[in-house]
Amino acid sequence: MRDAGMIERAPLLNAVTHLLMIAGLLVAAFPIYVVFIASTHDLPTVNRVPMPLWPGDHLVQNYATVWNKSDFGAKMINSLIVALGVTIGKITLAALTAFSIVFFRYRARMLIFWAIFITLMLPLEVRIVPTYAVAADVAEPLRWLVWLFGFELGIAPINLLNTYTGLILPLVATATGTFLYRQFFLTIPDTLVEAARMDGAGPLRFFWEHLIPLSRNNMAALATIMFVYAWNQYLWPLLITTDARMATATMQLQKIVPGPLFGQPPVWNEAMAATLLVMMPPLLVVIFMQGAFVRGLVATDK
Amino acid sequence: MAEIAIRNVEKSYGKTAVLHGVDLQIANGEFLVILGPSGCGKSTLLRMIAGLEGITQGEIAIDGRVVNALEPRERGCAMVFQNYALYPHMTVAENIGYALKVAGLPKAERDRRVAEIAQIVGLEAFLARRPSELSGGQRQRVAMGRAMIREPKVFLFDEPLSNLDAKLRVQMRLEIRRLHQRLQATSVFVTHDQIEAMSLADRIVVMNQGRIEQAGPPRLLYAEPATRFVAAFLGAPAMNLLPATMIAKNRARMTDGTEISLDPERFAAEIGQAVEIGIRPEDVMIVWPGSEGAHQVEVEFTEDMGSSRLIHTRLGATEFTVLQPTAQIEAEGALHITLPEDAIHLFDAGTGRRLAGKATLIGLRASAAA
Repeated sequence: MRDAGMIERAPLLNAVTHLLMIAGLLVAAFPIYVVFIASTHDLPTVNRVPMPLWPGDHLVQNYATVWNKSDFGAKMINSLIVALGVTIGKITLAALTAFSIVFFRYRARMLIFWAIFITLMLPLEVRIVPTYAVAADVAEPLRWLVWLFGFELGIAPINLLNTYTGLILPLVATATGTFLYRQFFLTIPDTLVEAARMDGAGPLRFFWEHLIPLSRNNMAALATIMFVYAWNQYLWPLLITTDARMATATMQLQKIVPGPLFGQPPVWNEAMAATLLVMMPPLLVVIFMQGAFVRGLVATDK
Repeated sequence: MAEIAIRNVEKSYGKTAVLHGVDLQIANGEFLVILGPSGCGKSTLLRMIAGLEGITQGEIAIDGRVVNALEPRERGCAMVFQNYALYPHMTVAENIGYALKVAGLPKAERDRRVAEIAQIVGLEAFLARRPSELSGGQRQRVAMGRAMIREPKVFLFDEPLSNLDAKLRVQMRLEIRRLHQRLQATSVFVTHDQIEAMSLADRIVVMNQGRIEQAGPPRLLYAEPATRFVAAFLGAPAMNLLPATMIAKNRARMTDGTEISLDPERFAAEIGQAVEIGIRPEDVMIVWPGSEGAHQVEVEFTEDMGSSRLIHTRLGATEFTVLQPTAQIEAEGALHITLPEDAIHLFDAGTGRRLAGKATLIGLRASAAA
């Protein structure tokens, strides 16, 4: 099927299509090329106008400098913990909520479904102030709820600032994954559920031994999206971490661009080197997961 | 093995009632076929026995125990689904052995039982394959093996053969029958195919619009259909039904003006009553023109079935089929036929009920009542 395109025997159209694709690729790839070139020159060369478009000889030096100066080893590990935490948390939450919405009939099902749906319209950036307030004291909403009924609750404030939990949890609670899973679960034939019931499998068994193995590709797609999404988070980590030891790699990038003193030119060569370094982990994830990623989003191979 | 008692069972979805009070006793070891057109409620009834559908009214008991509130796994039933419903991510062996795994049997014991079942259903060579690598017939066998391994009290079949091609269907039909003879387990088989029903069943239950039309051994249903619906549904080619009016205790006039005599001993019809005269295509006699009581029919076309020939004609305005067992006569234009009196079925045109006087098949009746 792959050889038989949508349009057969149309050499002119094929050529045009390819030209368009190549043009698109160039437009997308050129900025990254410029970033790479910038990361191979010394500071005066990078700040020259126009900047040279051929690689210089400061590649190793720039990367080594920026890695050590900005402590990228530790920051990358922080980013990795956050990204993996978000990915795993998200898949677990999404699979379980979708399981509940698709396979169980209960009174508030549609209400919950729509409540989840609405969160799609409220990304973290929109609700960042209340989210920060909750992260600063997780017990506050509970205390307030109890106060509504006329009681005082004596729970000490639970503070998530400068913790991995605080970095991860707000990013886990979004609806995209739930929807991806819901769509997949809806394709599972009713008789498969019934066959499992006849064989004596309860809901949890069905979830664990049937739904999870069947949704492998789905999971890979979601994992890829979520890893990249979490790795690239900037605003939330910036807001919730004040301790430099908790900073993530993306946050660290911002600290490189200005020169050591005000009024000095930005250190573009080192900043660009750092940018490429920070891009690497998500890139690797996408490369390794792309087969399963495409299968998970396009179709179910049954 | 178990007997099943279905007592005044009703089912409705919201305000739509799909089963209106079904009563049925299924004996231990019986092979019961529920036959009916799509939407008659036959699958719903089966799924209620299985525990996959709730029971709105009435009760179902398996082996004397009311199962209304029991989960499917507690009822001791196994089910074979129309689309097989195999687990696509498991091998054949895992599919067959899954129920035992859920039941917590040790691996060695499971493997032994799976091998045993695989041998019975002829799948030893395919145990490591996935369902997607199997043919339709093999998938069907996996589904049967999966049901058998639990040694259930009751086998439930939900149109298991309708996804197979014609040849394979006949073959699997025989295998199911053979299996039943071997296991002697109570079986309930749902189908819309009357040939499947006739060939498999100890007893057929014909359902229509959420009600049981008639229940009995295949021969009885064929010979003495209780309603016009059963008469038309059982038998291929279908029974001819001719509208007529009773003009005397022993005579009916058909729409084309011809008359036919009916034995008042056998049929209990009132004078002036609108009736339908039923006769199976194989019971129609072809006679020479001018013979005593001959009706003329106009031949439309002929279907050659090899061993026999099916002549499609019109008697007045009504479609009328004649099965000619030996393809001797070249039928063209007009054909003359008689309707042998002892082969005639009489139904009330309004209610569709059989208008029976004295029984003819006394032996069969007695066995059905027992």
